[in-house]
Amino acid sequence: MNTLALPAREARGMSPAAVAMWLLLPIALVNAVGFLWPVVNLLRMSLNESEATGALIDTVSLATWRNVLTDSFTLELIGNSIGVSLFITLLTLVASYPIAIYLHRSSGLWRTVLLVLVIAPLLTSAVVRTYGWIAILSNQGLVANLLAAFGLAPPRLMFNLTGVVIGLTEILMPYMILALLSGFGRLDPRYEEAALTLGATPLKTFWRVVLPLTAPGMALGCLLCFVLAISSFVTPKLLGGGRVFLLATEIYDQAIVTLNWPVAATLSMIVLVLFGAALALYTRALRRIA
Amino acid sequence: MDERPISPVLKAAAGLMFLFLLAPLIIVIPISLSGDTYMAFPPSSWSLRWYGAIFSDTRMTAAFSVSLILALVVTALSLLIGLPAAYALVRLRPLGAEVLGSLFTAPLLLPTIVLGLAILLVFAPLGLLGTFQGLVAAHLIVTLPYAIRVLSTALATLPIPVEEAAATLGAPPLTVFFRVTLPMMRSGMVSTAALCFLVSFDEVVLSLFMTGPRLSTLPVAMYRHVEQQADPLVAAISVLLVVLTLAVVIVVDRTAGLAKTFVR
Repeated sequence: MNTLALPAREARGMSPAAVAMWLLLPIALVNAVGFLWPVVNLLRMSLNESEATGALIDTVSLATWRNVLTDSFTLELIGNSIGVSLFITLLTLVASYPIAIYLHRSSGLWRTVLLVLVIAPLLTSAVVRTYGWIAILSNQGLVANLLAAFGLAPPRLMFNLTGVVIGLTEILMPYMILALLSGFGRLDPRYEEAALTLGATPLKTFWRVVLPLTAPGMALGCLLCFVLAISSFVTPKLLGGGRVFLLATEIYDQAIVTLNWPVAATLSMIVLVLFGAALALYTRALRRIA
Repeated sequence: MDERPISPVLKAAAGLMFLFLLAPLIIVIPISLSGDTYMAFPPSSWSLRWYGAIFSDTRMTAAFSVSLILALVVTALSLLIGLPAAYALVRLRPLGAEVLGSLFTAPLLLPTIVLGLAILLVFAPLGLLGTFQGLVAAHLIVTLPYAIRVLSTALATLPIPVEEAAATLGAPPLTVFFRVTLPMMRSGMVSTAALCFLVSFDEVVLSLFMTGPRLSTLPVAMYRHVEQQADPLVAAISVLLVVLTLAVVIVVDRTAGLAKTFVR
């Protein structure tokens, strides 16, 4: 690229390739020790077995995989996790869409303020936001006291699936909003105007013009939210209160509480398989949209 | 793009959803000012006692120092490791630069629960669990991809002729880098630092796998506290954290532009 700098570097006795190698060495080391090796090791661990006492048996077999995939509890766990994550993804999409459209159409300082309001939750710890939901959903919380003021009996909103779904939907919204926004580039207001001028009703304009144009952003947001939902752990643990069993919470329990590493590793590999399936579906959907 | 007035239906829907999005962050403010010993909304009395309680809770103050030092160390290392890597990938373009680039950002694609377990299984036999070094290494794996991404964008958008001019005038490559390239990258460095700091400071899943009984980060200490009891203490800490986050977000917006950093 810059021919002028090259002779200077060669004069110091190092080719650009050699310089690049040295500059990339630290990150390559971190990546190898902290990412590549652990992931390969995770796959290897899923081929080990564990005794009934929990002791690790160093071997190469598919016994753990077989046990996990024939156990009715884990099968239900996997099914539930997929179902709940899909439902949360759908809710997140519906809740985020108006915000994204509104942001896309606003401008100037107002847009910046709104963008800060979208990004600030994203950068706030999931523990803080889950705690906020406890304050809203618990028996002494906002919703319960509000309903009580009207003489209504508050439903159970926490320590069950309802709480987990509400909390996770809110926590994933910023990701969905940003994904939608990044895909809204093709949405030119003139297209809508044209449709309206030609006599289409606002609803029909939305259905036939706006929605198809924003489909790629929606697909990306859904992929992102599904993957994040199925692997989220803090919110299901705190809002589920140990009564909601999902893949991510089970992985943590197997790894830290039960200390059954082969099972934890196998469940993690299953999460990765689901992730791959979601990615494949996304690519197919994207091709059909385009 | 305000050629067409935004319809009231959309305004109402967006407003409602914004309320939903911000509700858990807004509600911690009144709760943190509660005078009750338990969490309830609305509180039966008001006081600042829970802000005082933070500073007398040694678990929380210790965890805060760990998190702060950890985030600073991780941020410094992310810049130190990320900047040369980004320079090599963007400017020197060695063979396979694109493959390496996606390999270095790949840890972000991995669900943190899976990454956390994977790191646990490797770090446990090395005796790195519950150690500060272990936490630094684990956090680096998730902050470096951000560093690479933001710094690469910053480098790629710099005007190369300025650097070439310096080189033509006889400045050696290292001088060009430190006197010309680096000062021009100031805003990119600030947003990288802010992002790495926040990611490390807020990280909870990896930390839950890595912390031991003697060493805990603030998010982990808060998580454990909420798991056992929900009192207004965590609300008071949350308010301080939200203020810290907003401050960092505003710094990023002033130096690098929020939209440029987060919306591609």
